[in-house]
Amino acid sequence: MIIPAILSLTGMGLLLGILLSLAARYLRVEADPLETEIENLLPGSQCGQCGYPGCAPAAAALAKGEALVTLCPPGGPSLAAELALKLGVEADLSGMEESIPAFARVDESRCIGCTRCFKICPTDAIIGAPKQIHAVVSDACIGCRKCVDVCPTECLRMHAIPVTLKTWHWPIPAYGP
Amino acid sequence: MKLFQFRGGVHPEGNKQPTADKPVVRPTMPERLYVPLLQHVGPPAEPVVKTGQRVLKGQLIARAAGHVSAPVHAPTSGIICAINDFQAPHASGLPVMTIMIESDGRDEWTDLTPSEDPFQLDPEEIAIRVGAAGVVGLGGATFPASVKLQQARNSKIETLIINGGECEPYLSCDDRLMQERPNEVIDGIRILQYVVQPEKVIIAIEDNKSLAIEAIREAAKGHENIEVAVAPTCYPLGSAKQMIQAVTGKEVPAGARSNDIGVLVHNVGTAYAVHRAIRHGQPLISRIVTVGGAVTNPQNVEAPIGMLISDLLNFCGGTADGVQRIVMGGPMMGQMLPGANTPVIKGCSGIIALTEAQVAARKPGPCIRCSSCIKACPMGLVPLEMAGLIRNNELDKALELGLRDCIACGSCSFVCPSNIPLVQYFNYAKGELEMRKRAEHKAVETRKLSESRQARLDAQQKARAEALAKSKAAAAAKKSSSSDETGAAA
Repeated sequence: MIIPAILSLTGMGLLLGILLSLAARYLRVEADPLETEIENLLPGSQCGQCGYPGCAPAAAALAKGEALVTLCPPGGPSLAAELALKLGVEADLSGMEESIPAFARVDESRCIGCTRCFKICPTDAIIGAPKQIHAVVSDACIGCRKCVDVCPTECLRMHAIPVTLKTWHWPIPAYGP
Repeated sequence: MKLFQFRGGVHPEGNKQPTADKPVVRPTMPERLYVPLLQHVGPPAEPVVKTGQRVLKGQLIARAAGHVSAPVHAPTSGIICAINDFQAPHASGLPVMTIMIESDGRDEWTDLTPSEDPFQLDPEEIAIRVGAAGVVGLGGATFPASVKLQQARNSKIETLIINGGECEPYLSCDDRLMQERPNEVIDGIRILQYVVQPEKVIIAIEDNKSLAIEAIREAAKGHENIEVAVAPTCYPLGSAKQMIQAVTGKEVPAGARSNDIGVLVHNVGTAYAVHRAIRHGQPLISRIVTVGGAVTNPQNVEAPIGMLISDLLNFCGGTADGVQRIVMGGPMMGQMLPGANTPVIKGCSGIIALTEAQVAARKPGPCIRCSSCIKACPMGLVPLEMAGLIRNNELDKALELGLRDCIACGSCSFVCPSNIPLVQYFNYAKGELEMRKRAEHKAVETRKLSESRQARLDAQQKARAEALAKSKAAAAAKKSSSSDETGAAA
């Protein structure tokens, strides 16, 4: 009575083992799915503030455990917490500031039309031409501050995105169930 | 006519008496009016006047921006003294673009296009005129009425429900309107009926408004297919979804619109505004506002749009001592205002002054799982579970439990014995989800932008490399040809 049970279970184990090893060979996923998942969490603006040349390389570094989850300033602590959860690591969020959504604006009186800002803008949010005053398309600006760093006349400044009646919403109630 | 049951609901104290028994009065025109450009669902209207320009009463001062939007008209004649940001009648206290008009005291009308017999007009033309008059849903939702009419014309409407529920405590503006101007209301309803061509029209009124029921019944006599239904007083009967369920027995499916089940709902106030717009050509520039609560002389006032709430309260004798909060709309779903220095708008059905004792915050206790909120919820949701999930930032799970179907009526908060701010959690969660959706949309667009930039940079580099290769090849060819020449010469 025991022998057929042992035989059938061993047989099933062998069969399933072979199936699994075949599946691992023929149905292998090329890219690391974790990398893609992390890249989807990142803002995707390729701003490079993390020190990597874009969001995909940053995601790869995160997946390999080479980078800290606090690497993305535009994402802020909420993104860091999400990444920590995904990667199963502890993160020290105390040093991070919640990034206030901001956009760049050109001070027309100081702009000399040097074109440096719109060459560096990762989303093509700045328009202009040599020796013409530049302007920022605020909807396309991601607030990465790259243009602020390259501007020779300090005419680019960051401004907080104003809250309007269309974007305002109630805060979470103070006490609860 | 037999009505159906709807789920849940609560019975707050009515408090309608002091204002429901007094006639509607017109205030003296204030010296200055502040007309916000955002008084409707959709993008704000765009101004078509300039500072310093003289406008006449009823003149268009801002046109609708896009399909779902509404124009704004001058509530009196006068000079435009500024077009600027001004405090919006909104709980946030944020500013909104506002046209300020200094009244010249003459109250002179612009040229109007009244219609002697609207039933000779094309229904399409009526819908357009309703839109041009800036009529929006006056029950509080402020959805542009013409858009609703056009949508209804594109789908088969069986029942047109005229909502005379007015279930919010304190409010009696619709009650007084039906009592004092029933023929005008019925005329507006007949115009709506002509545009939408429903099988039947039902005017539903709560049974605490017996005089209004009598007046409307009398006025509706002899008109085909217009019925008056008396509904039991229960909050939130005046909410469109509950009204539809009570009158037709049908429930609007989650995520669907009333059009999808062949029903269109309009408020009695909207019907009256349609009558003014079509019969007299007058745009929506005033509305009846219930000024109630702790004021010296609570009454219904036909206030011009843009009149400051402080002026309105002064007209009613001022607020009593100890008033802590001013609410626009009813006390259940209304907006808590940051102050009285903000104007009356199209969606303002009431201004309620509440005393300190009435608004005193009661400290919330722990949930005792009594399920009163589940019994009270008219949408059949589970408020206690949803609030718990939202508190733990599990908004997606709250969505699965039907957060989107919440109509924010506040019945759950009203009945909660532990004073848990349930509806406040849902309002927060809906706003937060909306914000996340916007952020997600921006991330997608940003990705597209940076990808197209990368593609452009790559193409540029490729073109440069090709050009370089070409010029190199050309130079090499030139060199070889010139060496050939020298060879030939030699």
